Amino acid sequence: MDNLSPQEWSALMLSLKVALWATLGSLPLGVFTAWLLARTKFVGHGVINGLVHLPLVLPPVVVGYMLLVVMGRHGIVGGFLYQNFGFSFAFTWKGAALAAAVMAFPLMVRGMRLSLEAVDRNLEQTALTLGASPVRVFVTITLPLMLPGIIAGTVLAFARALGEFGATITFASNIPDETRTLPLALYTLTQAPGGETATLRLAIIATIIAFMALIGSEVLAKRIKRLTAGDDHE
Amino acid sequence: MNNAPLDMDVRFKRGEFSLNVQITAVGGITALFGRSGVGKSTIVAILAGLLRPDEGSIRLGDHVLFDSAQGIDIPPHLRGVGCVFQDARLFPHLSVTQNLTYGINRLNPSHRVSTYDRVVDLLGLKDLVSRRPLSLSGGEKQRVSIGRALLSNPRFLLMDEPLANLDGKRKDEILPYIEHICEAFSIPVIYVSHAIDEVIRLADTLVLLDSGQAVAQGTVEDIMGRLDLSPLTGRYEAGAVLNTTVLGHDHGVELTRLGVLGHTLFTPKIDLNTGQNIRLRLRARDISLALGAVDGTSILNQLPVVVKSINMDNGPHVELSLAITPDFEFEDNQPQIILARITRKSFSALNLAIGKPAHALIKAVAIDRRSLGSFGKTNRRKQHPK
Repeated sequence: MDNLSPQEWSALMLSLKVALWATLGSLPLGVFTAWLLARTKFVGHGVINGLVHLPLVLPPVVVGYMLLVVMGRHGIVGGFLYQNFGFSFAFTWKGAALAAAVMAFPLMVRGMRLSLEAVDRNLEQTALTLGASPVRVFVTITLPLMLPGIIAGTVLAFARALGEFGATITFASNIPDETRTLPLALYTLTQAPGGETATLRLAIIATIIAFMALIGSEVLAKRIKRLTAGDDHE
Repeated sequence: MNNAPLDMDVRFKRGEFSLNVQITAVGGITALFGRSGVGKSTIVAILAGLLRPDEGSIRLGDHVLFDSAQGIDIPPHLRGVGCVFQDARLFPHLSVTQNLTYGINRLNPSHRVSTYDRVVDLLGLKDLVSRRPLSLSGGEKQRVSIGRALLSNPRFLLMDEPLANLDGKRKDEILPYIEHICEAFSIPVIYVSHAIDEVIRLADTLVLLDSGQAVAQGTVEDIMGRLDLSPLTGRYEAGAVLNTTVLGHDHGVELTRLGVLGHTLFTPKIDLNTGQNIRLRLRARDISLALGAVDGTSILNQLPVVVKSINMDNGPHVELSLAITPDFEFEDNQPQIILARITRKSFSALNLAIGKPAHALIKAVAIDRRSLGSFGKTNRRKQHPK
């Protein structure tokens, strides 16, 4: 990686930072949403479900625009945050992370929800009869049993966050060293003449990272499966 | 012994299915018996607190678990009901030890059922504790499940068809453990089953369920001896239960002598000590009747009986309940009942009627291990529990 230019290097590290914050930051909310959708019935269940999945079907630019309207310095939430705490998402790397998180959220919730629905509710009921409170049941039975889905969802969301483009460029713009992540750097290179080699290099790097994430999750999921599937000789 | 009676009086309706049961369980093993679909699983879920009845109450002594009138519904984790389910339900991501100790911290220090070491010892779990649940056999899983329930410090133990998923050999492996739980841990047990042989072997009290109702409850002997209930206990399997004592063994011919009201019954040799009490189930279809003692027959067992009641509404068959006439030197005059099923043709040929004496003929070979009830069960009822 010696021959990476400082700009490329910066884009790579920024991408990793943004994607990491995006996934880890939305993880608790992801688990909660998966639980809400899989285990509860309430008025508006369908609305929540639709909202969560909206970024999957909307043009990313629209999501970026909505973020700008709501979370921008003059937005409803963003304005409040800026005036009271001096905190701003727009045109910072945090904005890029927020955009990536929103776009990756449906994928994260989907994986978790599927695994939660596969958890045997009889086991949870049995834990209750053994004297465990509902919270303890969730932490000691439900969560461990849905762990493969949590990991799968998180990795998928991470990969999606790494590749986020449309919402990011709309909401956080394309500022070098601040919001210019790998896809944005790639895009910028393709717009200028003579950037073919650099483009190819970045494309290969992006592919390698995505691939490593997938393999990593596979290995992790297998290890957990072996742990929960009760192999004596692990 | 913890003798707080369990009183259940609840109504529950979902669509076509409706349940209306009054059950009282007083210590020992109480069996809820009925065919599938009569509402056994619903009762289990209601007792455990996993299903809320429409109205009624559930009490354990002074302790109210549910009362719709007072608006009390103790959630399952605070009820103190230890459950053993048909499918063991071990937590797959935990080791056997972690499974066993999962409920060990239940806050109920005034009533410690047992210690970890004692449970592991009594249920023979020593070689299993470091293993993972999925590598265990069905019988081993069920033993761990029983241990786990006991270690959660329950006020009573609820066993829902714990043997239904096991084959005959595995069943025989678990049965002795279940027999001993009740006495060893001084804990009342509700045992749900659709297998009459399990009930006869284990239960002190029998509750007979049919279409969402408790049709009858009483001692196993009383219920099994009632003609009107025999369709519910299964016509093919119908038969009364006798309390007998092992008198001795005839090793030369491989027979065991059992005493009942001063008479002797021969059975194929059973591995039991002289003086031990066991329950014996005689199927109605294995019993023939004669007007007097019969000579020149291969049938070893002939008991003098008196016809007590007659049930004629069973096609070509007539079912009779017969009271065994005690030997004149015999003092304990607890009545013992036999059920017999004979053809209508023989019935009229013999001119049988209520009050008429006869001899019940029982082939010794018709009695097998499955017809034998718990050792010491009858003992326990006659003597006082420690």
